[in-house]
Amino acid sequence: MALLFGIAYLGEKNESSRWVKNPYVYALSLAVYCTAWTFYGSVGRAASAGLDFLTTYIGPILLAPLLWVLVRKVIRISKVQRITTIADFISSRYGKDTSIGALVAFVCFFGVLPYISIQIKAISKSFTVITEGLTVESTSSNIFFNDTAFYITLILACFTILFGARRIDTHRKNSGLVSVIAFESLFKLLVFFVIGVYITFFLFDGFGDVFNKAAKLNDFEYLITIDNDEGYSEWMWLNILSAFAFILLPRQFQVMIKENTDEKHLLKASWLFPLYLLLINIFVVPIAMAGRLIFQDIDIDADMFMLAIPMNAKELGLAIMTYLGGFSAATSMIIVSTTALGVMISNSVINPLILKNNTETKGRLLLRVRQFTILFILLFSYLYFKFVSNRFSIVSIGLISFVAVAQLAPSFIIGLYWKSATRIGAFSGICIGMIIWFFTLVVPTIVSTGWLPESIMTNGLFGIELFKPYQFLGVRGPNSIVNGFFASFFFNLITYLIVSLLTKRSTKEINQAEVFVDIFKYSKFYESAVFWKGKAMVKDVQNLLERFLGRKQSELALNHFQSKNNIDQNITEADFRMVNFAENLLAGAIGSSSARVLVSSVVREEQLHMDEVLSMLKETQHFISDNKELRKKSEELAEAGEKLRIANQQLREIDDQKDEFISTVTHEMRTPVTAIRASSEIMQDPSLTNEERAHFSKTIVEETQRMERLINQVLDLEKMRSGKMNVPVEVIDLNQIAVDSLDSLSPLIQEKGIKLNTRFSEDNLPVLCNEDKIKQVILNLVSNAIKFCNKEDGKIALTTNRSNGTAELSVGDNGSGIPVESRPLLFQAFYQAQNQTIKKPEGSGLGLTISKKIIEYHNGEIWIEQNEPNGAVVAFKIPLMQ
Amino acid sequence: MKKKVLIVDDEPNILMSLEFLMKKNDFNVFIARDGSEALTIVQQENPEVIILDIMMPNVDGYEVCQFIKKEPSLKSKVIFLSAKSKQSDIDKGYEAGADYYMTKPFSTKNIVSKVNELSILT
Repeated sequence: MALLFGIAYLGEKNESSRWVKNPYVYALSLAVYCTAWTFYGSVGRAASAGLDFLTTYIGPILLAPLLWVLVRKVIRISKVQRITTIADFISSRYGKDTSIGALVAFVCFFGVLPYISIQIKAISKSFTVITEGLTVESTSSNIFFNDTAFYITLILACFTILFGARRIDTHRKNSGLVSVIAFESLFKLLVFFVIGVYITFFLFDGFGDVFNKAAKLNDFEYLITIDNDEGYSEWMWLNILSAFAFILLPRQFQVMIKENTDEKHLLKASWLFPLYLLLINIFVVPIAMAGRLIFQDIDIDADMFMLAIPMNAKELGLAIMTYLGGFSAATSMIIVSTTALGVMISNSVINPLILKNNTETKGRLLLRVRQFTILFILLFSYLYFKFVSNRFSIVSIGLISFVAVAQLAPSFIIGLYWKSATRIGAFSGICIGMIIWFFTLVVPTIVSTGWLPESIMTNGLFGIELFKPYQFLGVRGPNSIVNGFFASFFFNLITYLIVSLLTKRSTKEINQAEVFVDIFKYSKFYESAVFWKGKAMVKDVQNLLERFLGRKQSELALNHFQSKNNIDQNITEADFRMVNFAENLLAGAIGSSSARVLVSSVVREEQLHMDEVLSMLKETQHFISDNKELRKKSEELAEAGEKLRIANQQLREIDDQKDEFISTVTHEMRTPVTAIRASSEIMQDPSLTNEERAHFSKTIVEETQRMERLINQVLDLEKMRSGKMNVPVEVIDLNQIAVDSLDSLSPLIQEKGIKLNTRFSEDNLPVLCNEDKIKQVILNLVSNAIKFCNKEDGKIALTTNRSNGTAELSVGDNGSGIPVESRPLLFQAFYQAQNQTIKKPEGSGLGLTISKKIIEYHNGEIWIEQNEPNGAVVAFKIPLMQ
Repeated sequence: MKKKVLIVDDEPNILMSLEFLMKKNDFNVFIARDGSEALTIVQQENPEVIILDIMMPNVDGYEVCQFIKKEPSLKSKVIFLSAKSKQSDIDKGYEAGADYYMTKPFSTKNIVSKVNELSILT
């Protein structure tokens, strides 16, 4: 006991130190789940019912992977809303309603009280065994001041109050408490292990030996198989039950949610905690078997095998250690459960009542209420232990508690994901569930004390067959606890869903549902996300905070809040953000429903109408859609920017092309100018003969004509490029144009000794065109052919024909041909000039470029292909007139 | 002995004018219409001066110049005569080892005096 105080004190003192806030301590503190029930009860159960005891642990293990999804959400919500207990949590979810908070607190109270009482039972029983020997019947006096259990209860109450309820602000982490729990968890595991090893390897010769010897027991088969005659559904339901308990038990909420310092610890805990459960269960069966073997002839409570075996072997040291291990398991559970229950009952049940009548209450009074609640709970548990739980095994009472707490599952878990759940739905679901729970599981325990007539059990309530507690509404499983759980849970769930669908939510509920379900969206700007309308004076809010938190702390909190939100320090009227902030702050200290009562006492809150909420919701949606719009806009902007960049690049390319074009044109012009200048300068020489003079003047004329041609072509091209070409068109036969063109070139062809082969289409090829332009194209193609055809044995072929509504004309030569990759390039201006590998022919280098433009002007196409067997064919087609 | 001049250009009229000018100034004139032709003549005749166009089919003027300057047995001075008049083109010509760079259109007086000047140096 002194050790506990010591550890708690150290943990409290080194509050900020790292070892308390580490994931291992967190995972160990979760092991508060393993109580005296695990320590003594598992062995007892294993000795009589075989592997059943495992269900209690398989449930949480199966749930462990979900911790990150489910529990992280709960932790986030609780942090943001400063929620400290499960009653607070459920009441907050359903509009911070006082009545549902109180209901949950009652459920927890009735669910957990028997559970606490069996811990006291375990402590007291093990104490008796260790002090008075194995076979002595419990002689503990019924008069409480002679009873050791009573004094243990009192000391535990002191400890719990000291470390669990010393401050009013429950939102603060109880690092002292957590370190004690973690230590005790480690200790009980260690002890269990030591005893297990001792029994298995020292009293027997290892696992094999234990099982071999146990195989002679007449019910061995039954003990090592899972429900061979009842099917697996019972197993499944017990697993579900324990999984719910793992999340919903007030003490689990306390260590898992409230005392969590970092969400990331969950990741480690989700494998550390199952590992813990695995380790603590390894030796359960061997110990149970060993107990059965050793005490075959003596009547010893199997729950006490853990203690009885070392005592029987006269190992007093080990026995005391076992006792301390069990004591650790029981005390940690008692301390955490009572702390949690105490806070829950005072915050959710008593405080709202006190505050409703007297809002002037000081924080100190509320703290006293909490402390008395804890004392009250422990005393009540003691009484329950004295009069009820002595008659039942540890495990069965534990399971009944589990079923009670499981009634919270629908409102708790579904409420996290389903926005339309209503307060009335949750309230009625829990009520129905609890009523059925009470009738199916609690009534039989009362009957067994003799306070109620036996006839209820055999004939049903009021003699109605359907109302038999163990076969409620005809649910007839072999296990009464599973039956009770199934019936109560089923009706709870159905009621919750149906009533929720039939009832409407209040505005406050809509708010809270929104915040709870979408917590990860809201947790960043929570204060401004809640809809609230009303007026309050800063001074009133300040006074309120001071009364419960003290002057210094409330000033600090308010200043921090104001500077964080850029609120002027001198304003007198508090806005909704500040009021929400204050309410949250108070909720951390006295629970959300109490805080709600207090805040409404200083705030002149205007009732929000549905349409106002809707318009506020719309505003938020606007905000969200504005955001979307903004994102869309910026995406569009980026897209436009990219387009602009591409366009700019294209422009720059065109600009470069233009520069290139101009530099090529001027370069092309330099050549004739050079010849003209050189010839003229030579002609200035008076000593020139007439013949020489004539030769140079002829050169000048030639080069001037070349210059003229070039200028005309450049202008032509420019005109066509800018789309300004406007020439008259008429319907004319393409064959006729071709014949005329060839006429003007035939002297040159003959001069060069080139063979010309023509093949015209049989019928006319009427096309709408400008005759001169088309002639220009044909001349260009034929003169190119003259230039490029074979020098020795030149051949040119001109063909026209009709194809698919177009008139086609092609000119082929027998030159060296044009490689495929160069073909499209030939239509670029001055391609020849830039490409030095092609023998420079006569001409400007603009011919094909201009031809292409002309053909495109006539809606036609021009291309180059291979001539057979060698050479190139340049062809074009333009639409025929119908 | 007459000094030898090689004129390389693919424009017949320019070639003809230069040939006339050089003969008039008492040079032994050779002509080539492209780079490869020029290289053959250079190796055969090893002229004192070469008037070299740049933009020609097959082998261009830069390559001809580089070849000459790399070959120790060839002592020819090279004058580039080109329509390319950008500073970068001129620099490129000197990098190729040219002794002089003249742009088209050219002054007949200037080209004659430059050829005279360079032919004495060899």
